[in-house]
Amino acid sequence: MGWCSMSKEQLIVVGGGLVGAAIAYGAARQGVKVRVLDQGDTAFRASRGNFGLVWLSSKGGGMPRYARWTRDAVRLWPELHEELLGVTGVDSGLQQNGGFWLGFSDQEVEKRANLLARIDREVGNVPFQVMGPSELKQYLPGIGPKVIGGSFGAHDGHANPLMLLRALHAGLRAKGADVITGADVVELRHDRDRGQFTIKARDGQSWKSERLVLAAGLGIARLADQVGLHAPVTTTRGQVLITERLKPFIGYPTNKARQTAEGSVQIGSTSEDVGFDDRTTTDKIEWLARRAVDTFPALANARLVRAWGALRPLTPDGYPIYQGSDTCPGAYVVICHSGVTLAAAHAYVIGPWMGGLTEAPADFDNFQSARFLDPNASFSNDH
Amino acid sequence: MITRPLFTIPDAPKGETVTITFEGQPMVVPDGISVAAALLAGGARDFRSSVVGQAPRAPYCMMGVCFECLVEIDGVPARQSCLMPVRNGMQIKRQIGAPELDDLNVGDHHE
Repeated sequence: MGWCSMSKEQLIVVGGGLVGAAIAYGAARQGVKVRVLDQGDTAFRASRGNFGLVWLSSKGGGMPRYARWTRDAVRLWPELHEELLGVTGVDSGLQQNGGFWLGFSDQEVEKRANLLARIDREVGNVPFQVMGPSELKQYLPGIGPKVIGGSFGAHDGHANPLMLLRALHAGLRAKGADVITGADVVELRHDRDRGQFTIKARDGQSWKSERLVLAAGLGIARLADQVGLHAPVTTTRGQVLITERLKPFIGYPTNKARQTAEGSVQIGSTSEDVGFDDRTTTDKIEWLARRAVDTFPALANARLVRAWGALRPLTPDGYPIYQGSDTCPGAYVVICHSGVTLAAAHAYVIGPWMGGLTEAPADFDNFQSARFLDPNASFSNDH
Repeated sequence: MITRPLFTIPDAPKGETVTITFEGQPMVVPDGISVAAALLAGGARDFRSSVVGQAPRAPYCMMGVCFECLVEIDGVPARQSCLMPVRNGMQIKRQIGAPELDDLNVGDHHE
């Protein structure tokens, strides 16, 4: 037993990726004594493979509460960006001047316009503009003739996921939280009488806490039921391509490519149902490259420097789970694949809730995992 | 900037040499070595300015991974000098910042 088994935290967060770090930061900044247990590089590390969009448009077409949650999250983003910059000096790279979805056929543009109109009607304050090629070119002069229409969301943007993760971890240190890496959590125990959780790692280390958040992405599968939580987690693979650094020529993030502040163009992304396989494949790299060149023809001359695959943790219907345990009060699970978009809401809303400072946000029943228990329901996360 | 070389090529082969220029200054170098090796042995220390901070940069990995050794070769920007063999008459310049995408389709970089 190491020294750490002696101390007891108010809150332990299992998972030090974007979701866990944001929630932990949100609790720590309010004075909760927090420890983060991060599995290390044997984990699938979805946060390291993120595309980096801060994106509201088209989210929540099948669940208005999720659209509203995302809308509120993107509005909170500038505050988190400024706060982390001030507390840590680390720039998350937020640029939130709007973003474009670009389409290649009248049919898909019309479908998109209908979806956005329905979300705006159901949720409110999710404005959008549908544009033809000449109007698009005023914003994105580099688009090619195959782009026949698109939509603009003024609230959308992008950030640097790696710098955000670094900023959150620096923020955790600044707020007195303890981050332990290489903690491969395998066992959870709850002592109901003492209101205490015991968290054990594979190497025998253990820690105690009053509250527990499972934010371990794909690692949640083997942990949640130990504290009475139903948390079905599945995955899709996203492959992305990275070009050499180039002079700025894509002024806004798009659904097909974005240019980072440093000049690289990130081309994405696939959504593949391939299980626990995070490799890249030549056919998908080719497909992504062709689609990017169809969108911005000048990219035909750009050199690619990297490609990677990453596994997104997501639920069977693609919408998040935010769930407290009935049998082990104080234990929570979070599953979502939008760790960048939702970062500020995770810090400012979920952190205080799961840290025991506030009640659950209104209408959060929508995000409970009981929705997956209906034996007659079928789910799709392909939306 | 050319100064006293940090590196030398040991037991330089008595074989063929080629002449290249770096920022207009000619260098006679062994045939068959990489542009990066030739420039380092010739005393070049400042290969490019970085994209974000405009700081001077020189080769680091020498095996095609780090992209620190980018230079302009015969008018084509942002070439990885550690992966390109020297060729007689090569005109090499420092790479200043990021290349303009429209400039990348000149020259013969599809070899």
